Amino acid sequence: MQAGVITFPGSNCDRDAAVALQQAGAAVTRLWHAETELPRLDLIVLPGGFSYGDYLRCGAIAAKAPIMREVVRAAEAGIAVLGICNGFQLLAEAGLVPGALIANAGLKFVCREVGLDVVSTDSVFTANYDPAKPISIPVAHHDGNYVCDEEELQRLEDEDRIAFRYRDNPNGSVADIAGVFGPGRKVLGLMPHPERAADPATGGTDGAPMFKGLMEALS
Amino acid sequence: MSVRNDPITPEQIAEHGLSEDEYKLILEILGRPPSIVELGIFSVMWSEHCSYKSSKHWLKKLPTEAPWVICGPGENAGIVDVGGGMAAVFKAESHNHPSFIEPYQGAATGVGGILRDIFTMGARPVALLNALRFGSPDHEKTRHLVDGVVAGIGGYGNCIGVPTVGGETTFHAAYNGNNLVNAMCVGLVEQDRIFYAAAAGVGNPVVYVGAKTGRDGIHGATMASAEFNEESEAKRPTVQVGDPFTEKLLLEACLELMQTDAIVAIQDMGAAGLTSSSFEMASRGEVGIEMDLDRVPMRETGMTPYEIMLSESQERMLLVLREGAEDKARAIMAKWGLDFATVGKVTDTGSMVLRWHGETVADVPIAPVSGASPIYQRPYETREPALPVVAESVACPMPHDQALLKLMASPDLCSKKWIYEQYDHMVMADTVQRPGGDAAVVRIHGTERALALTIDCTPRYCHADPIDGGRQAVAEAWRNLTAVGARPLGVTDCLNFGNPENPVIMGQFVGCLEGIGEACQALDFPIVSGNVSLYNETDGQAILPTPTIGGVGLIEDLATSVGIAYDREDLTLVLIGETHGWLGNSLYLREICGREEGASPPVELAIERRNGDLVRTLIGDHLVAACHDVSDGGLLVALAEMATASRIGLALDLPNDLQSEAGWLFGEDQARYVLTIDPASLDAVLEAARNAGVVARAIGRTGGQSLTLRGCGVICLSDLTKRHEAWLPAFMSEER
Repeated sequence: MQAGVITFPGSNCDRDAAVALQQAGAAVTRLWHAETELPRLDLIVLPGGFSYGDYLRCGAIAAKAPIMREVVRAAEAGIAVLGICNGFQLLAEAGLVPGALIANAGLKFVCREVGLDVVSTDSVFTANYDPAKPISIPVAHHDGNYVCDEEELQRLEDEDRIAFRYRDNPNGSVADIAGVFGPGRKVLGLMPHPERAADPATGGTDGAPMFKGLMEALS
Repeated sequence: MSVRNDPITPEQIAEHGLSEDEYKLILEILGRPPSIVELGIFSVMWSEHCSYKSSKHWLKKLPTEAPWVICGPGENAGIVDVGGGMAAVFKAESHNHPSFIEPYQGAATGVGGILRDIFTMGARPVALLNALRFGSPDHEKTRHLVDGVVAGIGGYGNCIGVPTVGGETTFHAAYNGNNLVNAMCVGLVEQDRIFYAAAAGVGNPVVYVGAKTGRDGIHGATMASAEFNEESEAKRPTVQVGDPFTEKLLLEACLELMQTDAIVAIQDMGAAGLTSSSFEMASRGEVGIEMDLDRVPMRETGMTPYEIMLSESQERMLLVLREGAEDKARAIMAKWGLDFATVGKVTDTGSMVLRWHGETVADVPIAPVSGASPIYQRPYETREPALPVVAESVACPMPHDQALLKLMASPDLCSKKWIYEQYDHMVMADTVQRPGGDAAVVRIHGTERALALTIDCTPRYCHADPIDGGRQAVAEAWRNLTAVGARPLGVTDCLNFGNPENPVIMGQFVGCLEGIGEACQALDFPIVSGNVSLYNETDGQAILPTPTIGGVGLIEDLATSVGIAYDREDLTLVLIGETHGWLGNSLYLREICGREEGASPPVELAIERRNGDLVRTLIGDHLVAACHDVSDGGLLVALAEMATASRIGLALDLPNDLQSEAGWLFGEDQARYVLTIDPASLDAVLEAARNAGVVARAIGRTGGQSLTLRGCGVICLSDLTKRHEAWLPAFMSEER
């Protein structure tokens, strides 16, 4: 699998994502936000961080970066795109997933391990999970409160596009949503950090099946 | 050489915090009256904050050397060898005064400043820690300060993407008018890629990179060198404003530039901004520098050379580049969207010459400003240490189980989850032990080795007996590193005291430093960096003496490291070290008996060393499942912390021959650890202890869902956890 991890000014989980992908066996290319062409890729990762300082709105400025035109084009062509944390905010700003992420209900940054239910295993990201088995993955964000209108929520439910739900909602997200798929199920945005739960030495491996699953599906 | 010169008035001299004698010295150095720019330069360079004029004499006595020390005090940060061609670069720094006036920005820029000290040396920052001291929870400002300081630390560290992995937070009325924010940063660097701050090479360009210069923070260093009074609020404009996003860009740009051979010397602009960075670089390299201040990138119009030299705008660096390397450096800065300006060059004059649109506005010899600043040996008074408290004479106002619940829910001992969950402590994906244990453990990226990190001080001990309190601060840091199985390597200190012109305060300073020096010597734990923060007083009310000790240790093999949590039932609890039941100045005496008095527990450094070395060996030999040092609150609190972290209970056997149960359960005798071990290893552990001359005894076993004190009550673990975690969130959400 050829994976590309994009670095925007202010990204800070780009290395972590690259390491987790490499450990799963992927070949990783690091990409710069100003680039206007993408190499041939099977997976594009928009990593966590504070792109452009999260000024204006989280992800809003990065969504206008030159490389994002190519990312949207690739997503439309069916290339898998994974947005983690700030990457999720960016996907929402770019319109690749529905809804928006606003400030946490508690108005404070929250960094902790959270329990998640895997709601849908019908994707290249989640195929390796057992829906009956809750997983534990850390969150670390100030703006992870997922919102969308009722019509959109109904559509997400009807089309089985809710990927993960919080078991103990840390941020006030509607319907406990922690991650959603785009319309074609090849784009996933989620607030929890699977790349921080892919190594037993640092406290967990519940994120590893995502990277392993991507390897199996996209190689 | 003519320098534009308006006459200086006595009011201006006083406003700049300079004494008459100091002004006379300036006249002697220059051979003429200074210009206003020059007066400003002397004012900040000779401020307590920059010159260490009250503390230098005593700091020189600290032990700073060991075979593994690569760089000791005097540079931007200290450096120790951590093997594999790598080195750890670390330093702690105070940002007390600004954080009291403007808690969010004060704390945030404290983090920003300490990060720059680390990456200036070529190291990638890998961990942040902080030690916070707030006033009494009852004080009207405390909640506001906690809220702002924690949000500020998180706001900066989270954004730049360096994990905040540890720290401590305590409360005491002595900090009502002066809270303390001590931030520590640790970075990793390849040993052959370390950068220093000595300017060299006559003709080499002096280059400014980073954010633009504004009017924020002018005279911050001078403010940090004076007491507070009722008008301190008016000093808000002297607090800098941080932009962690720009710092992230600056970090990446500098590290990228450091991969080239462009840089001769590099220095961040921290306290006293462009003045301090340019003088320090020139002074270390024994060269001169000339700069055209009109070329400095400015955020505002109409700025004067005086303001440019004294601004403490954040996220800026001063570089000396190799001649001809400017284009390469400019391109890297442009990639990261940062300002780049050649503002001057290195000269052989030994002077700092500053021009403004061609006109010379300052011409000052560098050596006397940086090196020959006044040094004061201020008079000091040593107080008789407090008298010991006899444990048997302490009346216990409540049963021990109730006392434990109360202690675990007290401001100093309660869970600090509300704080550390606002800090991203996992970014960079190398955090092995998260906040809440004895020391944080951060893996050295791509290896199986790790750094152990801690930050400690017990101010009430330092107040009761400065010498023993100084020893204890170092011993506790050393013990915390030992408790995770690390070999302690070095110390950074952050010395927070009141007004040194008061002989009692100076006596505290001298005493604490004596104790720190002794302990560092005895434990082979040298001081490699640090800072001093004096004048932490408001209207004559000084803080408790607070010499914060940051410690760094090395774990050679992560597989041998342990934490405070045990993972199963039926392990044997072993107490290492001797228990006399020392209740003097303990938290039990303060929180349960309402008595803040008595001698602090004595620190016997030889015993400390012997006990710790044994514990480290046992951990390295895989004989220990979990380990916790015994400190604030004594043995029962240590056990309760282990049990709540483990979510498994324990049963404790109290010895039969106790003279004071409270003394045994809550006494704060030093040099002690609790180990949990497999019962099959008990004989081996006790024998190893005997051979090492260490007191060790089995005191109980793990299991169940409660803390069972034989003969003294049963405490339900879930109640304990609830009480432990409830205090801080409840305090912070209280309506006022």
